[in-house]
Amino acid sequence: MPAPAIEIDQLTMDYPVGFWRKRSRRALDHLSLQVQEGEIFGFLGPNGAGKTTTLKLLMGLIFPTAGTARIRGRSIDDVSMHAEIGYLPEQPYFYDYLTARELLDYYARFSGYGRAERNGRVTRFLGMVGLAEAADTQLRKFSKGMLQRAGIAQAILHDPKVIFLDEPMSGLDPVGRREVRDIILDLRKQGRTVFFSTHILSDAEMICDRVAVLVNGKLQGIGAPAQFVPIEVQTMEIFFELPEGRTLPATLDHRATQTGARYRIEIPEAELYSSLDRLREASAEILSVTPVRPTLEDYFLRLVGREGAASSPAEVLTP
Amino acid sequence: MSSVPGVVAINTFREAVRDRVLYNLVFFALLMIGAAILVGQISIGIERLVIINLGLSAISVIGLVMAVFIGVGLVYKEIEKQTLYSLLAKPVLRWEFLVGKYAGLLMTLVVNTSFMVLGLAAALFYVGRPFVRGDLSVLVAVYFILLELALVTALALFFSCFSSPMLSTLFTLGIYVTGISAGDIREFGEFTHNRGMEAVTRVLYYLVPNFHNFNSIATASHGDAVPFTLVWQNTVYTMLYAAVVLIAASAVFSRRNLK
Amino acid sequence: MNRSPQTRLVWKAIVAIPLLLALAAFLQRRIDAETRSEATQREELLVRSAPLVKKLSLGYDSLLADIYWTRVVQYYGRRVGLPNASFDLLPPLLDITTTLDPHLVVAYRFGAIFLSEPKPIGDGRSDLAVELVKRGIAANPDQWLLYYDLGFLYYWRLKNYPDAAATYLAGGKLPHAPILMKLMAARIAEKGGSIETSRMIFSQLYQSTKDPNVQKIALKQLRILKAQEDEMHLDELIEQYAKRFGRRPTSIKDLVEAGLLPGVPLDPLGFPYVIGTDIKSHLNPKSPIGQPNP
Repeated sequence: MPAPAIEIDQLTMDYPVGFWRKRSRRALDHLSLQVQEGEIFGFLGPNGAGKTTTLKLLMGLIFPTAGTARIRGRSIDDVSMHAEIGYLPEQPYFYDYLTARELLDYYARFSGYGRAERNGRVTRFLGMVGLAEAADTQLRKFSKGMLQRAGIAQAILHDPKVIFLDEPMSGLDPVGRREVRDIILDLRKQGRTVFFSTHILSDAEMICDRVAVLVNGKLQGIGAPAQFVPIEVQTMEIFFELPEGRTLPATLDHRATQTGARYRIEIPEAELYSSLDRLREASAEILSVTPVRPTLEDYFLRLVGREGAASSPAEVLTP
Repeated sequence: MSSVPGVVAINTFREAVRDRVLYNLVFFALLMIGAAILVGQISIGIERLVIINLGLSAISVIGLVMAVFIGVGLVYKEIEKQTLYSLLAKPVLRWEFLVGKYAGLLMTLVVNTSFMVLGLAAALFYVGRPFVRGDLSVLVAVYFILLELALVTALALFFSCFSSPMLSTLFTLGIYVTGISAGDIREFGEFTHNRGMEAVTRVLYYLVPNFHNFNSIATASHGDAVPFTLVWQNTVYTMLYAAVVLIAASAVFSRRNLK
Repeated sequence: MNRSPQTRLVWKAIVAIPLLLALAAFLQRRIDAETRSEATQREELLVRSAPLVKKLSLGYDSLLADIYWTRVVQYYGRRVGLPNASFDLLPPLLDITTTLDPHLVVAYRFGAIFLSEPKPIGDGRSDLAVELVKRGIAANPDQWLLYYDLGFLYYWRLKNYPDAAATYLAGGKLPHAPILMKLMAARIAEKGGSIETSRMIFSQLYQSTKDPNVQKIALKQLRILKAQEDEMHLDELIEQYAKRFGRRPTSIKDLVEAGLLPGVPLDPLGFPYVIGTDIKSHLNPKSPIGQPNP
């Protein structure tokens, strides 16, 4: 078995807090996980869970209290290893007196390209992230979404083998998010490994091979997204409209929500047909009937709601 | 193989050039030199003296202001704005980054000082004197000012690695003032005739960078020659001291957790 | 025309601001008139200790020296000519200036003349002047001009001819010193004070300075000396007349008629000399030469 792309072993980070710096806050608690080459790995958790801390530890921006990590078999202490990785920080902020082109050119210089190749790459990647037209505008005039794109460009421009993205979709509109998803999928197609953190679970669900969930610095679960949610449909959702003067059937009204003339109810699957009958009796116009699939978000909310409960990963994985 | 410090240096220089504040400072210095011409008219027989005194002093002060105010933000700004994060994720060693920032600011100071010296030369020319050999010591005085700035920049950079701009400014200026008056401080110690005080002040004297070594504005304005030995001694002193400060900065910065 | 509130505000500002500034300027003139009389009297020197000022200068001492030098010139210029003028701050100002820049030769020269010149032109303190110039010589041992000034002080103010001769001699040996100095040393050593030596000293002083104040003093003194010399000459002629005619002449015209003079001689300012009741020649009472300045 080839060495994992990312190997994290008991990584721990304590921050001293308080006026005299006597107490400490544990931001990351003995995290251990492995990511294989060619995987798209999602790192999930609520704000403050320790996702950014983990990424900063891997990048050598902060130093762990305990534990080690290796990327492509090389220790995170080895700065020359950075030639093979790319990183997008959480807040995309760059030198605002530079243009996008100058920024990418600047970063590209650390990878030792000749001028021709450097120019070629800069132009190519600017196009890839949709910044071709804004290439010669100063970054101080960029919107957050544009800065995000510039950040992604600098993270991948030197063809790194492992790419680390901290909240890559944030600040982007739906079109932008799809573009980023496509870029990530394309990176996997090229055989690269992508490790990204996000709290937008639907994105993770769509493209990740595996995900890990971090809450309060502790790993709660790791596995394919599907493993976290049961497949069977449990409830159905019905949208309908009632004609003038008609009221909601009594048995249904306590579960209904209403917007204008439109109603929505959620009922257990077993009651689907009886509910439809009742609605027909009330002369309702049925607009749609959809199964409600539990999502990662439901799992998530349940998990976070169980704050303080020390659930071990094994427990959660049981489908 | 691109050299990391060089790349960072050029970028730092570019940032300084695009920062319009610097143009105001240079303009102010040129204004001072214009004022010198005016003042020179009132002082009978000593126009050259006054123009050189005022011009060199303005260049020195403006240089100091630039070195301190930009220097204390060199590292701090990159941490605050998190521009440093993406940079350190590249194959860039932290000390290489520091040296690059240092070199970039130094380059900026040299370029700005050169413009101001041209302004000073123009002022002397305007007053009507042809250049005499004594003017060489003006160039030496400018060189000494640059050496001084090199040291101040190193100190500002050092503090920038771990302290906020306001504190860094206070520390840097504090050391600068101490360094100028270091001789007097040692004298005070000797006056007290107290062994302890004498020892403390003497240690302080050798510890603190002795900025008074670089003061040759008076020599330049009187057209006297600066001894050559002083030139290379000051150069070596600056290199040694700057190296000490930069090494200390690298050490402090290398294990700093970047929030 | 319907102007937006913002435009109206801008127009109001354009009208109001110059008006208010004019008012402020007017008020400023009243304030100036109010404080003007106080200003000259109450000039102060906050820090008198020269070494302290030097320490506070943080390496910019030569610039500060120039600033203090301009202060010296202004301080003097404002007071000279006023009745009851005093120059109390002149010694400490010069002290600070020369401590900050020991090579500022103009300051020592200024002090030599104006510290020693009697009131109301100067401070009348020849002792302080000598001290200052000696310090100047210690810091600038090759400056013959300073020896010249010291010699002047010994000769003219203190009438100390031996020291004057010694000083001129020492200064005469310095590079670029005019040969004149050795000559003067010899003359003073031989004859002490004399009108000719004094005239040489003051002409040299006149030529060696660019300061118009100093030139004025030198010129005035030269005229007085010339008048003295003329008077000596005239007195000799009066004696000759008396010997020839057995009685004293009553006016200059008598001398002219006796053929002893080609015409009525005029003093350097063009006024004819007169013979006074003491039967000695004198300056014309209308001539400004004999008057105290300004």
